[in-house]
Amino acid sequence: MFQAFLIKYGEIGVKGKNRYVFEDALVARMKQVLCGVDGAFRITKEQGRIYVEAEGTFDYEETVRALQRVFGIVGICPVVIAEDQGVEALAQEVVNYMGRMYGKETKTFKVHTRRANKNFPMESMEVNAELGGRILNAFPNLTVDVHKPDIMLHIELRRNIYIYSEVIPGPGGMPLGTNGRSMLLLSGGIDSPVAGYMVARRGVCIDAVYFHAPPYTSERAKQKVVDLAKKVAEYAGSIRLHVINFTDIQMYIYDECPRDELTIIMRRYMMRIAQQLAVDTGCLALITGESIGQVASQTVPSLAATNDVCLLPVFRPLIAFDKEDIVTIAKKIDTYETSILPYEDCCTTFVAKHPVTKPRVDLIRKSEKALSEKIGELVSEALASEEIIEIL
Amino acid sequence: MQAYLDNSATTRCMECVAETVMKVMKEDYGNPSSLHAKGIEAEKYVKEAKKFFAGNLKVSEKEIYFTSGGTESNNIAIIGTAMANRRAGKHLITSRIEHSSVLNTMKYLEEQGFRVTYLPVDTDGIICLDALKEALCEETILVSVMYVNNEIGAVQPVDEIARIVRENNPETLFHVDAIQAYGKYRIYPKREGIDLLSVSGHKIHGPKGSGLLYVNEKVKIRPVMFGGGQQKGLRSGTENVPGIAGIAEAARACYRNLDKETERLYVLKERFVEGIRRLEGTKINGKSGRDSAPHIVSVSFRDIRSEVLLHALEEKGIYVSAGAACSSNKPSVSRTLQSIGAEKELLESTLRFSFSFETAEEEIDYCLEALSELLPVLRRYVRR
Repeated sequence: MFQAFLIKYGEIGVKGKNRYVFEDALVARMKQVLCGVDGAFRITKEQGRIYVEAEGTFDYEETVRALQRVFGIVGICPVVIAEDQGVEALAQEVVNYMGRMYGKETKTFKVHTRRANKNFPMESMEVNAELGGRILNAFPNLTVDVHKPDIMLHIELRRNIYIYSEVIPGPGGMPLGTNGRSMLLLSGGIDSPVAGYMVARRGVCIDAVYFHAPPYTSERAKQKVVDLAKKVAEYAGSIRLHVINFTDIQMYIYDECPRDELTIIMRRYMMRIAQQLAVDTGCLALITGESIGQVASQTVPSLAATNDVCLLPVFRPLIAFDKEDIVTIAKKIDTYETSILPYEDCCTTFVAKHPVTKPRVDLIRKSEKALSEKIGELVSEALASEEIIEIL
Repeated sequence: MQAYLDNSATTRCMECVAETVMKVMKEDYGNPSSLHAKGIEAEKYVKEAKKFFAGNLKVSEKEIYFTSGGTESNNIAIIGTAMANRRAGKHLITSRIEHSSVLNTMKYLEEQGFRVTYLPVDTDGIICLDALKEALCEETILVSVMYVNNEIGAVQPVDEIARIVRENNPETLFHVDAIQAYGKYRIYPKREGIDLLSVSGHKIHGPKGSGLLYVNEKVKIRPVMFGGGQQKGLRSGTENVPGIAGIAEAARACYRNLDKETERLYVLKERFVEGIRRLEGTKINGKSGRDSAPHIVSVSFRDIRSEVLLHALEEKGIYVSAGAACSSNKPSVSRTLQSIGAEKELLESTLRFSFSFETAEEEIDYCLEALSELLPVLRRYVRR
């Protein structure tokens, strides 16, 4: 029954003079996701509203699902658009609408009218009363409740008349591309895809880096990361995935450094490499899925020791999240099932049985001195031999 | 150089097989149930395949059914006979080292109210016959045992098992999962007292999605899938004519020079086993001589995780499996290895090397060379 959607967006509305930048970015992203949906769509901006109108037949479910992945959208309202043919015609249209939507359900309702078209012959309060009365007459199962109605029936009087009552929640956040670009350290785990999603939700475009350590990590582990990046990209738009071969660096660290510091030092090098990639690709920050205390390398002292090598800001959106909360989001964005596939990152070979949990930055720096001879060369080699996978 | 040593997972489809399959798909694509010439043409392939297998197994044509592969054959054999004979008893016997398509089917039947005995095996993976004698009872309606184990290549004394089963109760049915054995051994179900026999096409250089089930005509069996009543109602569904033509073609080729080829495989295997024994910290699981299958060798490598070695070999173009390919997606520890009492530390350090008639001596040597190079390197980087 619906041919169109009214798109509600939140925070953009309060932006000042550059509001159009945000709106344009939102519309651009909507166009992008709707390309993949069955049907042809027209997107229009009108007086602080965005409308999506389908031209001809389209897949309703698919359209809603696609729009639910567009950051910046707070609500998607399936709307009936009627021509303005006076009060009588409007009343008839509204009664039809209520009949189709709610039929014989026992519910409370309220009519809320916005009169943008000041030429409409009735004022908004009068419209509310008139339509409310008509609805009460037509449907004995419906009653009015102006404080907490089950159904909030919106009537917007503009050039055309818009009737809607259902608001399907969108993902919220800010439109993609309104907040620069950041480099996500993506592993095959549960956390990092969620971290990427959360930062992208604030309008940030994403590049990602994955550290591959053949033969200790398999082709399947890499494929898993590609699959995860694809899931994140459904929200975050295209992602350039940089695959860095980390084996030689890992083995060198293993040979030269104290066992219990292996993981911290490895992570410091991952950060350094990610940072270099970020600089090279115009990313302004790093994103990790770290969360305080989750594993030995994510205690506060460990995080501090890792952060020691970072000059760029590091976004850690999950820092204070419990695992359960992270899992909830992972399930929502459908990365969870992929994340728990058992192609473990075989880096476990390199994990000490008892890693340090309270590393001291000065001692770690000292341990790293043992690497001075070859590490620069190994890092350059790793960067030079990166494999780039474009995730669309 | 490449070495494909994962032939127990699947084999390369032979040229002649691929050609036959292609021809059937493109030219003789009729439905064997159709009444017109196209249908009759297609039916001819099915009939010829049946005739070949009947001759090859020395059984009658009407005892051959075509399926989608080993898993389906095992399912029909076990569920089909259990359901048809449940009035006679509700007890089934199998071993602890069967393929998942047998073990999970048994588990399903347990949920349906059947009682299942899982026979233990000795350190070579051979079923304990005393345990079998003990387990057999009046209630036993089916014994299901694999001919060749897919992980360690143990060969079960099928004749003897059949004799013991028969002596206890001539009514008890005997099913043999011959998926890893067919194409390597001459199997004559009637002579060996086998009532049902499962075979898979893609393990013998045939197409995937092809298989067969021999069912002795005296066996009471019910279908597990229902439809148009093809293949006497036991296996409804339009026959997979390209697959059927393909599996027959592959089997023909395998049995053409069987003795010579098997001999060659044993020589290859001996060469490989000898090479492995020379490498430090290796252990061969189960028997390795001519009393085991000619194409499967299971090797444990001390202090090396199988997945890491597998990927290191992969980098050199050598393809093997950790455990059985079908169970290696989940890192569950091999049931077979546990059942033969393998050391705990070696359970996750075991690879399976499996050969085929296409495996060349150079591949074996290349693999041994790669192993002797990789083992010391990988052992340097163990978790400590």
